[in-house]
Amino acid sequence: METGDWVRAGLRAVAGGIFAIGLALLNPPILVMWLAGLLLSPVPVLGILVFPLVTTVVRWRADLERRLAARSGVLISRPYRPVPDKAGLVGWRRLRWIITDPATWRDFAWLLPGAVVSCLLGLITLLVPLYGVMGITLLPLWLYLGLDWFGYGMFWPIHTVSQGWLSFPQGLLILGLGLAAAPYLTTIDARFTRLFLAPTRAAELRLRVTQLTVTRADTVDAQAAELRRIERDLHDGAQARLVSLGMTIGLAEELIERDPKAARKLLAEARDASTAALVELRHLVRGIHPPVLAERGLDGAVRALALSLPVATTVESELPGRLDTPVESAVYFAVAEALANVIRHSGAHHAWVTLRREEGMLFALVGDDGHGGADPGHGTGLRGIERRLAAFDGTMTLSSPSGGPTVVTMELPCALSSPRISPSSGTA
Amino acid sequence: MRVVIAEDLALLRDGLTRLLEAFDFEVVEAVDNGPALLPALIKHHPDVAVVDVRLPPTFTDEGLQASIAARTAIPGLPILVLSQHVEPLYARELLSDRAGGVGYLLKDRVSNVGQFVDAVRRVAAGGTAMDPEVVSQLLARREPLAVLTGREREVLGEMAEGRSNAAIAAKLFVTEKAVSKHINNIFTKLGMPPSDDDNRRVLAVLAYLNG
Repeated sequence: METGDWVRAGLRAVAGGIFAIGLALLNPPILVMWLAGLLLSPVPVLGILVFPLVTTVVRWRADLERRLAARSGVLISRPYRPVPDKAGLVGWRRLRWIITDPATWRDFAWLLPGAVVSCLLGLITLLVPLYGVMGITLLPLWLYLGLDWFGYGMFWPIHTVSQGWLSFPQGLLILGLGLAAAPYLTTIDARFTRLFLAPTRAAELRLRVTQLTVTRADTVDAQAAELRRIERDLHDGAQARLVSLGMTIGLAEELIERDPKAARKLLAEARDASTAALVELRHLVRGIHPPVLAERGLDGAVRALALSLPVATTVESELPGRLDTPVESAVYFAVAEALANVIRHSGAHHAWVTLRREEGMLFALVGDDGHGGADPGHGTGLRGIERRLAAFDGTMTLSSPSGGPTVVTMELPCALSSPRISPSSGTA
Repeated sequence: MRVVIAEDLALLRDGLTRLLEAFDFEVVEAVDNGPALLPALIKHHPDVAVVDVRLPPTFTDEGLQASIAARTAIPGLPILVLSQHVEPLYARELLSDRAGGVGYLLKDRVSNVGQFVDAVRRVAAGGTAMDPEVVSQLLARREPLAVLTGREREVLGEMAEGRSNAAIAAKLFVTEKAVSKHINNIFTKLGMPPSDDDNRRVLAVLAYLNG
């Protein structure tokens, strides 16, 4: 680490410590307020009005602490149960929802110990570097006021001028140690917070079930829609063409004796119709599962896709082997959709795709040099990508400042299913 | 002419064999899987091979891989690759040795028997047969082609598919002289060195389009 880096990190942690002390001081009044609300809760009307409101304040405070912990790298997810239907901002249902949620009581249990620990650790983060600064700056005061009235570090009190001089390096050392330790102290505080404010195992599982229910419903819907589309395409396309093909051949059979010339013409027509049916089937197959994806995996399929685009597209891939087929397919279609967006909307001259696997996560980045300003809330394309990825616990983030460049980052957990089968070729 | 066929679907394998034999080709071996293909090609050293991209056991691209490997072992071994779908990426890989005697066609094209047999003969003679769908995809993504006139682009497309001047002239209903004039213009406009040899010229065009 560069010297500047740890000094900056230390200073940030000290500032965070001051902030944490300020926040911790809010806890006692909030605690008193909440206890008052709890005591009032059996009171008719007033109880169901006040208690939900004070709980909202407690949860706001806890959320703030979770965000603060996230800044020092300790991720704490929100443990609360989802709000039941028809529960207003206040009222009986809300009251029941709050009281039956263990997270409510864990928040309550945290308020006081959390404040004490935050205060203590905050004070240490703040005071140690301050003491260091004191050592660095005190010497002129001794020279001015004379010795034997106050000490520093190893010398109490300071008798000689040389001992006074020594307070300078001591202060420097203490300041350095204080700044170096500050980020760790912040992390300890965050870990302590996590003990109380993180979801319990049961709550975590419940949150996961809720999320899985949503993504499963999305996936099932998307799949049903996809099957409907395939059915329609087959019915109106290839199937209809084969029927007409059969009719044409039958007619040619009838005519072959009487009018060989007409029969020959009909057969040529039949051949053209079979070609057209094949073209349609090929497009359909490509939409279901591109053959090149089956043959070459994600890496090769994305390269092949890049070659067929009107915008010059560079592909960089560091995938050591084949991925599971469903993951391959989801990422391929997500990348294809992102590239289709580049071509439709960005006005870019050059696009790029990076595929990378790190620590069990697959990263797919699609970027372009277009005019930016893409809005995820706008089109259905980006929503579609999100839905595809969500089925695999994947996420998508979009960075598209006005003026560009636009970068879509997709990531999802993945396992490699087999070592690489086919070699890859150069970039497009 | 001696042919090796590689196709896993019995129906298509027999169909291809019958079709080629009807046009006086001698089918020396018809294999139905990937691992048997490379030894067969090296053993028979055929005048031309007709190979399906996707073969057992993995049903990926072993036909293509075996073809490339065979052409490494026997440079310029004429091979016509057939597939249910075409990818410019595969065309590029097939053409990367710049040796000629390469074909890459959709299986649909077999239904036009005359053209298909013509393509097999062309590949056997060291020429090229590129599927129109590959060529159109290659043409679509090259911006410098905007300097060409519509007619010149048509001629370029036909040339990329591997046709000779005479064939292009017949297809576009113009004289051979007009075709060679168009070709000269194309080579000048795209800054490519001119060449009288048909096969070399086609390879140069494909290399340019693939670039």
